[in-house]
Amino acid sequence: MATAPLIETRGIARPSGAPVRPSRWRTARNRDRLLAAATPVALLVVWELLARTGLIDARFFPAPSSIFDQMVTLMKSGELWTHMWASLQRLFLGFWLGLVPGLVLGVLMGLSRPFRAAVSPLVSGTYPIPKSALLPLILLIFGLGEMSKVVMVAIGVFYPVVLNTAAGVMQIQPIYYDVAKNFGAKRMKVFRTVALPGAMPSIMTGVELGAGLGLILIAIAEMVGAQSGLGFMIWNAWQLYSVQTMYVGLLVIAVIGYVMSLLLGWVARIVTPWRTDR
Amino acid sequence: MTDQYTTTALRDSRPQDGTAEPEIKVCVRGLLKQFPAKDRMVTALDSLDLDIPRGQFFMIVGPSGCGKTTLLRILAHLEQPTAGTVEVLRSTEGRPENSMVFQGDSIFPWMTVWDNASYGLRMRGAPAAEIKETVGHYLDKTGLTAFADCYPHQLSGGMRQRVSIARAFANDPDVLLMDEPFSALDEQNKTLLQSELLRIWDETRKTVIFITHSVDEAVTLGDRIMIMTSRPGRAKAFVDVPFERPRDVLELRHRPEYGEIVYDIWQHLRDEVNNAQVTAPQSQQRRWFRR
Ligand SMILES: Nc1ncnc2c1ncn2[C@@H]1O[C@H](COP(=O)(O)OP(=O)(O)O)[C@@H](O)[C@H]1O
Ligand SMILES: [Mg+2]
Repeated sequence: MATAPLIETRGIARPSGAPVRPSRWRTARNRDRLLAAATPVALLVVWELLARTGLIDARFFPAPSSIFDQMVTLMKSGELWTHMWASLQRLFLGFWLGLVPGLVLGVLMGLSRPFRAAVSPLVSGTYPIPKSALLPLILLIFGLGEMSKVVMVAIGVFYPVVLNTAAGVMQIQPIYYDVAKNFGAKRMKVFRTVALPGAMPSIMTGVELGAGLGLILIAIAEMVGAQSGLGFMIWNAWQLYSVQTMYVGLLVIAVIGYVMSLLLGWVARIVTPWRTDR
Repeated sequence: MTDQYTTTALRDSRPQDGTAEPEIKVCVRGLLKQFPAKDRMVTALDSLDLDIPRGQFFMIVGPSGCGKTTLLRILAHLEQPTAGTVEVLRSTEGRPENSMVFQGDSIFPWMTVWDNASYGLRMRGAPAAEIKETVGHYLDKTGLTAFADCYPHQLSGGMRQRVSIARAFANDPDVLLMDEPFSALDEQNKTLLQSELLRIWDETRKTVIFITHSVDEAVTLGDRIMIMTSRPGRAKAFVDVPFERPRDVLELRHRPEYGEIVYDIWQHLRDEVNNAQVTAPQSQQRRWFRR
């Protein structure tokens, strides 16, 4: 049943000699969309069936319907919204706290050779440290309040942004700077019309990577050092042995990540309208 | 044929205002340019003298690596001469000294055709009305009006070069510098753009310094042609082109003088091209230093 469109688009099932009419909706793209939607649905159905028939252990893999029930309960009690809001707030603040210094440092590193020589050992030397390993130190320095969580997100955003921005500025062809100079662009205008747009695709890549890393880090940070947020909700559910709540937390984090990447993709299309591969 | 500077009377293509001798727009004296290579200095240009009258379409031909681009980059203030002087007679205040059509792709991929063409005017803060009129005019002249909102990747190579030309003309400089603007184009596009260029140039008759490695292009476009020696680049000979303006790019080619001049230039060039073959390999690749 599910394979029927596949066979038809390949033309195998057609009687020989029948004219091949191009179909409006039966394009490869639409087929891909259908398949992309069909796999998760199929998986959920199978999961539900297996859980109900007891073929998998419902204690670890509770039926999707029961997870959904739990989600509705958590929504009604407002618990889910509280945690989600706490996480989103920290993500938002941390995002900017990491993005702005990352951008500024990255551009300076890309433009100035001496600055790069001075700063790049620091940046590339601390980059390989797993950011999650910094959590105890960050908790120590910033305490158990909001700031420590915001800083964790900021650290996650900062590194990909600074590195990609510097690389983006450095890969700009020197001829564009010559053009700017020849056409009388002054310092700030060279920055605005050459360095920034030239590095923008790379900057956006950094921002997308950074946002993803920020999401990972907020979940980890909230598990250890918070009394609110989705990370806390998941950790707390483990302690209370409420497996459904755990799945709800995972689902909501996944949705946040997805929406975030949609949002950033949209921003990228706006700030780099000349790119075709977006 | 002589290797000497031939002081033929220069035809001036622009009506003179009283003065009998055309003004010298660009004056180069004893120009020397050396680049540091691994263990010694590479001399790109050596004792180069030039006088280019106002309104002249001045062509430079020479074997590759002889310093043509270097000369243009010095004129554009993108390189400093090691020794010697370069003077450009300025006209009205506020007009830029020169604008360059660079060798290879140089229009900004992140700007639309319109933003590329208006770049110079925008950078020097020209009034919006002037930008609109001037850029509109040159996009029209280059047949790009319909593509004003397109990005460079949506254009063919020939159209991208048109944008580069429109950008330079719209900037309204005293002197136009063109570095092999058509060398990457196919023969038909090249001929097309040559005649478009002449049409646009005919409106203002600005002083143009145009580099090419094509002898045909030099004879087709130029008033005067400088043939350069292989590196270090010096002036080997000057050839005047007697054709009237405005010119028909295609019609020129079957005139008997056309073949003669082309042959003439080849005579000068032959030895230099051979020389360049022998000396070219070392440090051809350019080193770019970040500012
Ligand atoms: N920035 C530079 N650094 C070192 N060598 C250079 C630089 N620019 C040009 N050269 C050298 O100077 C010579 C002339 O180069 P160029 O002016 O580009 O030649 P052309 O445009 O006539 O082909 C070449 O040998 C080239 O390698
Ligand atoms: Mg060159």
